[in-house]
Amino acid sequence: MSAPARTSAGGRLERARALRFEFDGRSYQGCAGDTLASALLANGVHLVGRSFKYHRPRGVMAAGPEDPNALVTVRRDAGRYTPNLNAAQVELYDGLVAESQNRWPSLEFDVGRINDKFSRFLPAGFYYKTFMWPRRAWHGLYEPRIRAAAGLGRAPPQADPDHYAQRHAHCDVLVVGAGPAGLAAALAAARGGADVLLCDEQAELGGSLLAPGDAIDGVDGADWLRATLAQLAALPNARMLARTTAFAYLPHNLVALVERVTDHLADPPAAAPRERLWQVRAAEVVLATGAIERPLVFPGNDLPGIMLADAARIYLKRYGVLAGSRVAVVTAHDAAYRAAVELHAAGAQVVALADLRRAADGALPEAARRAGLPIRTGATALRTRGNTRVAAIELGTVQADGKVVADGRWTECDAVLMCGGFTPTVHLFSQSRGQLAWDAQAQVFVPAAAAQNCRSVGACAGPAGAPDLYATGWLGELPHPESPTRGKAFVDWQNDVTAADLGLAIREGFRSIEHIKRYTTTGMATDQGKTSNLNALAIAAQRLQRDIPAVGHTTFRMPYLPVSFGSLAGAARGELFNPVRRTPMHAWATGHGAVFEPVGLWQRARYFPRGSEDLHAAVARECMAVRRSVGMFDASTLGKIEVVGPDAAEFLERLYVNSWKNLKSGRSRYGILLRDDGFVFDDGVVARLAADRFHVTTTTGGAPRVLALMEDYLQTEWPELKVWLTSTTEQWAVIALQGPRARELLQPLVSGIDLSPSALPHMAVAHGQVCGVPAMVFRVSFTGELGFEVNVPADHGLALWRELWAAGRAFDIVPYGTEAMHVLRAEKGYIIVGQDTDGTVTVEDAGLGWAVGKGKPDFVGRASMRKAALQSPDRKQLVGLRTVDPAVVLEEGSQIAARRGLRAPMPLIGHVTSSYHSAVLGHSIALALVSGGRTRLGQEVYVPTPTGEHAATICNPVFYDPKGTRLDG
Amino acid sequence: MLLIPCPWCGPRSELEFSYGGQAHLVRPGPEVPPGDPAWTAYQYERSNDRGPHAERWRHLHGCSRFFYVVRDTTTDRIIRSYRRGEA
Repeated sequence: MSAPARTSAGGRLERARALRFEFDGRSYQGCAGDTLASALLANGVHLVGRSFKYHRPRGVMAAGPEDPNALVTVRRDAGRYTPNLNAAQVELYDGLVAESQNRWPSLEFDVGRINDKFSRFLPAGFYYKTFMWPRRAWHGLYEPRIRAAAGLGRAPPQADPDHYAQRHAHCDVLVVGAGPAGLAAALAAARGGADVLLCDEQAELGGSLLAPGDAIDGVDGADWLRATLAQLAALPNARMLARTTAFAYLPHNLVALVERVTDHLADPPAAAPRERLWQVRAAEVVLATGAIERPLVFPGNDLPGIMLADAARIYLKRYGVLAGSRVAVVTAHDAAYRAAVELHAAGAQVVALADLRRAADGALPEAARRAGLPIRTGATALRTRGNTRVAAIELGTVQADGKVVADGRWTECDAVLMCGGFTPTVHLFSQSRGQLAWDAQAQVFVPAAAAQNCRSVGACAGPAGAPDLYATGWLGELPHPESPTRGKAFVDWQNDVTAADLGLAIREGFRSIEHIKRYTTTGMATDQGKTSNLNALAIAAQRLQRDIPAVGHTTFRMPYLPVSFGSLAGAARGELFNPVRRTPMHAWATGHGAVFEPVGLWQRARYFPRGSEDLHAAVARECMAVRRSVGMFDASTLGKIEVVGPDAAEFLERLYVNSWKNLKSGRSRYGILLRDDGFVFDDGVVARLAADRFHVTTTTGGAPRVLALMEDYLQTEWPELKVWLTSTTEQWAVIALQGPRARELLQPLVSGIDLSPSALPHMAVAHGQVCGVPAMVFRVSFTGELGFEVNVPADHGLALWRELWAAGRAFDIVPYGTEAMHVLRAEKGYIIVGQDTDGTVTVEDAGLGWAVGKGKPDFVGRASMRKAALQSPDRKQLVGLRTVDPAVVLEEGSQIAARRGLRAPMPLIGHVTSSYHSAVLGHSIALALVSGGRTRLGQEVYVPTPTGEHAATICNPVFYDPKGTRLDG
Repeated sequence: MLLIPCPWCGPRSELEFSYGGQAHLVRPGPEVPPGDPAWTAYQYERSNDRGPHAERWRHLHGCSRFFYVVRDTTTDRIIRSYRRGEA
């Protein structure tokens, strides 16, 4: 039993293979080879959606991805639920389940249609002018309701379970589009020996030949297609990809394709990727992307059953579907005559064939006349009537003097075919940064000067590629007796933009096509204006009384068609989203219950909770343990750079603020690196290991940046220096032992180094062995306690950690994480670059002016540091804050006000950069940047919160052991 | 996705490189005072060329060297690349 609108024969279907499918809960039958759109039409289903804003009933308009109306959701299971698919692109398979969108409770009775009744109040840009009062109502009431009232599909609730592949490919010639021009180009190139890749977004290659018109070189279109495909298949150097959309033309002939691998299958194999992204680098690109049929702009042009004329012909020839039984045709192009003749031959009654042109000569109109079709020239369309399907159209006549006379009667029909001509598909050409030119004769934009090695062939090249296709056409609104016309004449179907909306934008003062586009949203929907851009431009130009090329066109950007996130992400999802860097001691930390935090790409242990401890309890315990006895900390992630060469000291002298030439071997110094704009860029301890060898450390996150800056200056500014830079971050494992008993713990395990205070003073470095492993031992402290950092080759890190841990049990040693590390250093007022600095803080601001080497002629940032603006006393300076209520821990990032009780907006004098509860001190501490902070010591300031404010006193940022005596243990 | 001709390694994908901004900026010497226009120019003024633009690239995931490229900013066509010292 065949579907009601299916022809008894014809089409490129496997009629014997019936497929069951469901749409909005109802079951239907289609054939293998159908799309969802063709199968619905075959079953007489014309209402397929509700429009975005007005919820007007909509039907299928086109036969390809340019269709603006038939957006559906296809559901395989709870995880595979894809909204906003174009029904004309969805290949039918047995068991397909699809539903319409943007309607409630049903497509036939959609409550949202009330928007159409109130459309006076909802023109383009209404949200800029209405729903303003009361202000609070916007967030809670208006915005959620407006968002719920309009839209496309619903986002799937579950993560996408499918996987997606990615592939790179190279070829001599990439041909985009497998219509007649593309096939001919691919065959010629392949015969010439080139390595050819041919792609087409349709399931079958052939393009317009799938619904053939004229013969090619005397050969019937379908036969020519069959022969050409066979010849291409026989050539080993020709690869053909169907279901593959070229969606982005990137620089240097890199074209991105997405191949739909399994979406058309009833039972996709589990191992197959759903889609495959191809990144193709081609020596030459041939664009054969064809042309898109243009609709006509007249009131009521959006009822279901009103479709593009050549699209109706494609539905007949390719899918064996009759778009209607009583068909009215309105056209400005001969193509509609072919459609009318063929539909007539298939049994439809052509009730009217209205031509906008004054005369219709040529082979196709002649054939229509011979078939006895009711042709009238100098005609126009005025309005339509119908509910969920077009029922009648009123036509009119345009007199010689331009006056339009309405027929005064309805022409009854169940389908209207409209054809305003064709627009070359120049999107990829334009993406390639090729220039478009306006062809005044053909009234279309055509490819002109190419920016890359590509050429356009066939219909997408304009009249040069397809002379007859652009002979006539229509742009902008149809002639109408009333001005302004009553009733909605749609220009952009998907975003519900009418000709009146464009007029409104221009009346409101928008002149640039980019503004008109954004204000009305024309061309901004998922179809990206494929059927609307040129008409919108024409209407805007006409109202602005300027030429179309003078108004210009909007920018074409990728993707040409919607592309799934999955295909772009490929395998980089979940755990594979970013590389993960782990230290050699990671497994031990995991085994001891560490909670980790990401620092850049590194995983660092943040704290080591015992039992049911939360973060605060664990950190308090870890900090107390360090200050009472000894703690151990994994410092392996900090950047390490070996600076080696006869000019190593000179290099560092020019780069860091400090003096280095006077640093003896075996000693280290706290180094600060600026950018040339004078702001702190990074910091770290720099050790001199030999006259020509320095071991530079950086912050964890800053390591790549610092090395890059070093290479920049070395290679481009001071290439005469004999210096080599090597990153050794991953080559050394670093274990910090901090606390008054650190030396007691370490000394017995060390050979070859005397750790006593005189032999290894603070900031000294020595080489020897620790637990039998060759080591570099730094006496250095980021906690203010006696401390050592043991550097061993990374492969020894885990074993050494275990030995130190075992030996440390006798000292109640505690592993501590980054959170405790932060608190301990803050108690000492040590800054963390990137936390207490933000790229706008100078050394003076941070209270580190003492580090700047005296009398240095030049270093990076020196000139800027000395600018008046960077020395102003009002600048934000690093200070400490003690909250008046010691239990209150200020929120990091809080702003600071000078007086109490101020209401927003209030003048603010700084912000809190670091804030913690200090277990050893028994109160909260904070570091802050405050305007003129160092002159405000003792002043009370106020930190506003959503519920009130906290008072705090400005103090010296060194809260604990201000004289620094604990460094000696 | 530019194909950048590294003078040492040949044409490689843009992904292997990091961009180094406008080329041939002159860092003022230590004798030039802080407020001097030469410092402002070095730090903040750029040619913003429409057309051929001399810029630096570094082959970060390759030979690690800086080199110069003249690229047309309207078409992304790379006109030539050269090492320091060549012009």
